[in-house]
Amino acid sequence: MKPSEQTRSLGRKIAGIAVLLAGFLLAATLCFGSSPNGSQIPSIFKPQSTPADSIFRLSLLVLTITGLIFIIVFSLLVYSVVKFRKRGGDDGREPPQVYGSNQVELAWTVIPVLVVLVLFFATARVIHSIQDAPKPPGTIEVIAIGHQFWWEFRYPALGVVTANELHVPVSDSSNPSPTFITLLSADTDHSFWVPRLAGKTDLIPNRENHTWIDPHETGLYLGQCAQYCGTQHAKMLLRVYVDSREQFDQWVEDEKKPAVVNDQVGEGRRIFETTACLNCHAVSGTVADGHFGPDLTHLMSRATIASGAAPNTPEQLKIWIRNPDSIKPGSLMPAMKLNEKDLDALTAYLVTLR
Amino acid sequence: MASDTIALGIADPDARPIGERLHDWVVTVDHKKLGILYILYSLLMLVIGGVEATIMRIQLIVPHNHFVSPQVFNRMFTMHGTTMIFFVAMPILFGFGTYLIPLMIGTRDMAFPRLNAFSFWMTAFGGLLLYFSFIGGNGLYGAGNAPDVGWFAYAPLTSRAFSPGHSTDFWTLAILVSGIGSIGTAVNFITTILCMRCPGMTLGKMPLLAWLNLVTGGLVILAVSPLTAAQIMLSIDRFLGGHFFDTQAGGAAVLWMHFFWIFGHPEVYVLIIPCFAFASEIIPVFSRKPIFGYPVMVGASVAIGFISMSVWAHHMFTVGMSSYGNAFFTATTMVIAVPTGIKIFNWIGTMWGGKIQFRAPMLFCIGFLFQFLIAGLTGIMLGASPFNWQLGNSYFVVAHFHYVIVGGILFTVFGAFYYWFPKMSGRMYSEALAKWHFWLFLIGFHLTFDFMHIPGMLGMPRRIYTYEPGRGWEIWNLIVTIGVFFQIAGVLVFVVNLLWSLLKGEPAGNDPWDAWTLEWSTTSPPPDYNYATIPVVESRRPLWDLKHPEDPDWKYE
Repeated sequence: MKPSEQTRSLGRKIAGIAVLLAGFLLAATLCFGSSPNGSQIPSIFKPQSTPADSIFRLSLLVLTITGLIFIIVFSLLVYSVVKFRKRGGDDGREPPQVYGSNQVELAWTVIPVLVVLVLFFATARVIHSIQDAPKPPGTIEVIAIGHQFWWEFRYPALGVVTANELHVPVSDSSNPSPTFITLLSADTDHSFWVPRLAGKTDLIPNRENHTWIDPHETGLYLGQCAQYCGTQHAKMLLRVYVDSREQFDQWVEDEKKPAVVNDQVGEGRRIFETTACLNCHAVSGTVADGHFGPDLTHLMSRATIASGAAPNTPEQLKIWIRNPDSIKPGSLMPAMKLNEKDLDALTAYLVTLR
Repeated sequence: MASDTIALGIADPDARPIGERLHDWVVTVDHKKLGILYILYSLLMLVIGGVEATIMRIQLIVPHNHFVSPQVFNRMFTMHGTTMIFFVAMPILFGFGTYLIPLMIGTRDMAFPRLNAFSFWMTAFGGLLLYFSFIGGNGLYGAGNAPDVGWFAYAPLTSRAFSPGHSTDFWTLAILVSGIGSIGTAVNFITTILCMRCPGMTLGKMPLLAWLNLVTGGLVILAVSPLTAAQIMLSIDRFLGGHFFDTQAGGAAVLWMHFFWIFGHPEVYVLIIPCFAFASEIIPVFSRKPIFGYPVMVGASVAIGFISMSVWAHHMFTVGMSSYGNAFFTATTMVIAVPTGIKIFNWIGTMWGGKIQFRAPMLFCIGFLFQFLIAGLTGIMLGASPFNWQLGNSYFVVAHFHYVIVGGILFTVFGAFYYWFPKMSGRMYSEALAKWHFWLFLIGFHLTFDFMHIPGMLGMPRRIYTYEPGRGWEIWNLIVTIGVFFQIAGVLVFVVNLLWSLLKGEPAGNDPWDAWTLEWSTTSPPPDYNYATIPVVESRRPLWDLKHPEDPDWKYE
């Protein structure tokens, strides 16, 4: 290669690296900066609960250390590539043949060992603080059961069963009321992940796992299944509503009531109870007590259907019952093959289940 | 030394009919032909796996895209992962090892030539079984035909209840069969390296490539055996009513995870260690200096081999291990960064004070150093188990391991390809096209895999065929997909270069790089049985000694 070409290719390389770094900076800005609908972005760098917050703090330490290592080694690499390139007018002789140096080897062994020790102890502390956290009085206990492809939430102490949308009370530091979640699976592996509240923990059949959250602010937190669980893994979405204490108590009151009975939709109810619906779905106070699908006693208290795949409106409900595959292809709910009249009646019944 | 070699066998093999020549390739037990077969087979599979990746990236270019159905998408990521690991990365590295080890240690063939051929054909048959599944069986709920259980095929998704039909059977048989081939190759590597070195080549004077393939061979035997055992257990579950992994009958899903990852993590090192070997051969030659700290490099590689056997459960930080378990695997995972760092420093030390020539093999190795540094650092982030609870199974982890496998392994494989292509074919490649290949692929790689880290940190899990708008993921997925097209362009230039150079390339001569290891002492391509007279060596760089009799290496070693 001619010297001029060599300089050019080197120039290109440096330009490439500069573009790359600019890209990283841009990415970092967009990633961490505020954005108009920031609250809907489930970023791990906007923690709102102690476990997510401890991880965030640890991640800052890890990112700082790895960032420093990157800068040092990257500079060494660029320096040696630029400084020791073969130059124009080279005399063609071989450079001095150096075989190694024990002092240098020792230095770049010992320093990384020390860095690793620091990282390990910092990490071990966080592992312990999250995994071995004690349960304070006032803890809400929830059992989350993963199903293909939806979430079942049971509050054994409160007598509430719901699906896909978890309600928990906000927890303030003076009067903590964290939620401890027992994770089970009815079929394959799933993973419970709401990035702003906690890291993920898997739901594994024949195994009991645990996680906990203590959200500091009310609001809606998004997440989704994070372990491939079958065809519709992508639409096994997860919504956590953090309510104020009063809202939460009210929600529990409402959820504990039996289903609303409304004689105007008796026809729809008859269809529900005489077709295959009741094999999989439960409505309290009726003969329907299936457990393969979500409990529908308070269906209309939820904002979404099909585990977050569609908004919970009468139109979407109708589309869903007519052909679930049109919203969520591969979902386990069969198309019910009802005629239009029955479909309207059934939908009318379902929208009364507040 | 070139004058010592004489052509053995038929004088002009090209004079014979094509059928007979092809037949030669099928029945051959020659390590060079088998090495080339491995490499060509892997390149074909690389294209197939690349098409599968492209289909996934087109599907994810915008939210709620309808390019493919979820069933097809799930098959694509399963086939992409399985193909790239078992039928691209492993065989291409075995191919280079099979081709180079006997040449570099100065012997005429592998220790077990027939086992060598058997291993290649088992690997090839495994790939055939995997792809036969497109015709052979149904997937989850009868929906698919190719396997759609993910490349690590977690139980109980693979049980009969969730995966009826035969697609999972094809997957498990493909892994089982190719695993037998891999173990055969590993046995062959170890035996050849330990027993067949030329006179004078003590263990301490072996080229690093031989040392590193020795470590790889050991790891393959230790890692692939449990994987093969697990496939047999899964087959017992699926065909004979066993319950190892059948959770509905009391089996353990986590047991499969342990079996898979006690293979899966050493596997990463099975793949990267031969690439360390390429870098350790290429960087010295193009820096015009011997490798810095040879004994330390050997020690670090052996240490990586051992430590890599104790880190597997860092793939399982989210399955609910105790805090002690998580802390243990955090520690082992971080410790492995030390020998890995030592290797990077030694490569920089090799370049330090040299006269670096930016030929294509060296460019790819510099790209490797830079990318492997980042991959190692994101690896430390993932090794800190609480951080892993956020990053694991997200697009961050997908970006991380593609940084290792593409940015590390594929880059060095391309470098190795350009470096040894003159030896294998007897012709030089086009340096201009190779540089186009490098820059296109580098841009594509960084567009795709740099930006892929970000949606992971914003909560995007892997293996989803579509995603919701409004979560801040759209722009990153768009950029990632655009990068794929640059990578495709780079690979096309590579294929054109390969074909053009095979037909029209300049004759390479024995030693186009002015290199120092034994393979450059024989003709390009080497004759049958490599060396008419077995060479005798006195140092790690026998050709340096020959070229610089006034200042030979053996005075210093």
